[in-house]
Amino acid sequence: MAFPFYLPGDDPGPSFAELLRRTGGCPPTPAGPIDDVTHGTTVVALRYADGVVMAGDRRATSGNLISHRTMEKVFPADRHSGVAIAGAAGPAVEMVRLFQLQLEHYEKVEGVELSLEGKANQLSVMVRNHLPAAMQGLMVVPLFAGYDLGRGAGRLFQYDVTGGRYEESDFATNGSGRLHAGTVVKLGYREGVERTGALDLAISALFQAADEDSATGGPDLVRGIYPTMATITSAGFERVDADEVADRFRRLVERLSTPEGTASTGATPTIGGGGAS
Amino acid sequence: MTMPFYVSPEQVMKDRADYARKGIARGRSLVAATYDDGILICAENPSRRLRKISEIYDRIAFAAVGKYNEFDQLRIAGIRAADLKGYAYSRQDVDARSLANNYAQILGQIFTHEMKPMEVEILVAEVGTIPEQDRLFHLLYDGTVVDESRFTVLGGEAETIAERLREHYADGLDQPSVIRLSTVALGGPDRTLSAGELEVAVLSRSEEGRAFRRLDEETLARLLG
Repeated sequence: MAFPFYLPGDDPGPSFAELLRRTGGCPPTPAGPIDDVTHGTTVVALRYADGVVMAGDRRATSGNLISHRTMEKVFPADRHSGVAIAGAAGPAVEMVRLFQLQLEHYEKVEGVELSLEGKANQLSVMVRNHLPAAMQGLMVVPLFAGYDLGRGAGRLFQYDVTGGRYEESDFATNGSGRLHAGTVVKLGYREGVERTGALDLAISALFQAADEDSATGGPDLVRGIYPTMATITSAGFERVDADEVADRFRRLVERLSTPEGTASTGATPTIGGGGAS
Repeated sequence: MTMPFYVSPEQVMKDRADYARKGIARGRSLVAATYDDGILICAENPSRRLRKISEIYDRIAFAAVGKYNEFDQLRIAGIRAADLKGYAYSRQDVDARSLANNYAQILGQIFTHEMKPMEVEILVAEVGTIPEQDRLFHLLYDGTVVDESRFTVLGGEAETIAERLREHYADGLDQPSVIRLSTVALGGPDRTLSAGELEVAVLSRSEEGRAFRRLDEETLARLLG
């Protein structure tokens, strides 16, 4: 590999993507549609008192098959931001890797970090550049969240496949289970919710999404696999300890196993005017 | 038509070396020293924005003295090479030795082929998991690489400063002692450097991932007492 030494007029600047293009490291766009690639599914992000909670289930599917049970979908982007992915797993994980590197590269070359807004826009450009591949079936739609040190608050951003960037004030969900997860968060969300409340809400959202959507993985009590969760606060990106997540899930399952908790499944329907009630 | 004067190759090289050395000697010096928990890089630099020390990769730092625009170009090239290599292979595969070789090639090439040599001296430091794995590669304006293991000094007064360091340096010093020692060595007998005149960064051995940390003026003032 040649040493990347450029003359001033020819300099790629602080952009790693541009540098990669110069050195010929960009993947080609598929010429035709690709079916049955591995897909990652449901992710949730919500704002709480100290910052943002991000969570994602662990299942990856290819068509109707489960291709992976322990996939990670929530990643740190840098010290004070994180990214969660849904869509074609291969390109999504690659996009995260490039995004992380892009932020680090900018910080090292320029000597200062990008603003949170700048990071969100960078991701938007990456999603937009991915559009030709998305049209062949390799869709990638991330969620981006971070702690804005200037404002002293958590912020979150949602994207669409064209690179459209939408800032959400309270919560965002994505992936195949996004409708169910989104409804749960929407109904349970309270302004200024504390950490524990926010974690439980995200857990409940993922549980209900897994309950309704076959592509979303629920807590796997047999193998001990639980969704990945992280908080982003002024202290930075921190993964929630796996034991804590497991414990919260167990408590949710216990709560749902009580007669009041299962009421939503409804009574067994009966035919005729019999005495069963 | 006039005939060009004949200048012997020895003279050409000597002139270039003198030119580079003079340029480097105009700036302030810089010290890098290993200590129990990492590598300290300490530069005399009154500017807060124009930095002499910078992060290259997880466990690798760059430092330089001389002409700012020239070493900054080298610094960015190093970051690019490291990030590209880490992306193409893995983060573990990025090492200071190969970076130092790349720098040596560039500096050597420019010294012999360009009109003017680069007026810079650079340091590529890599912190290991144990002190024996620490690496300090000191590169001169002509591409010469010197591999140091304990400490090294860059700049015009390198010899005298290194002499002062050698007197008190010991293996396994802690961070405050090595900072004080470096500051005293940089300042010499007649000057006491304050926190505001220094740029200090460390590569911390115990850090997971990116080991590079700058010490801000407040922390530095406290450590210098």
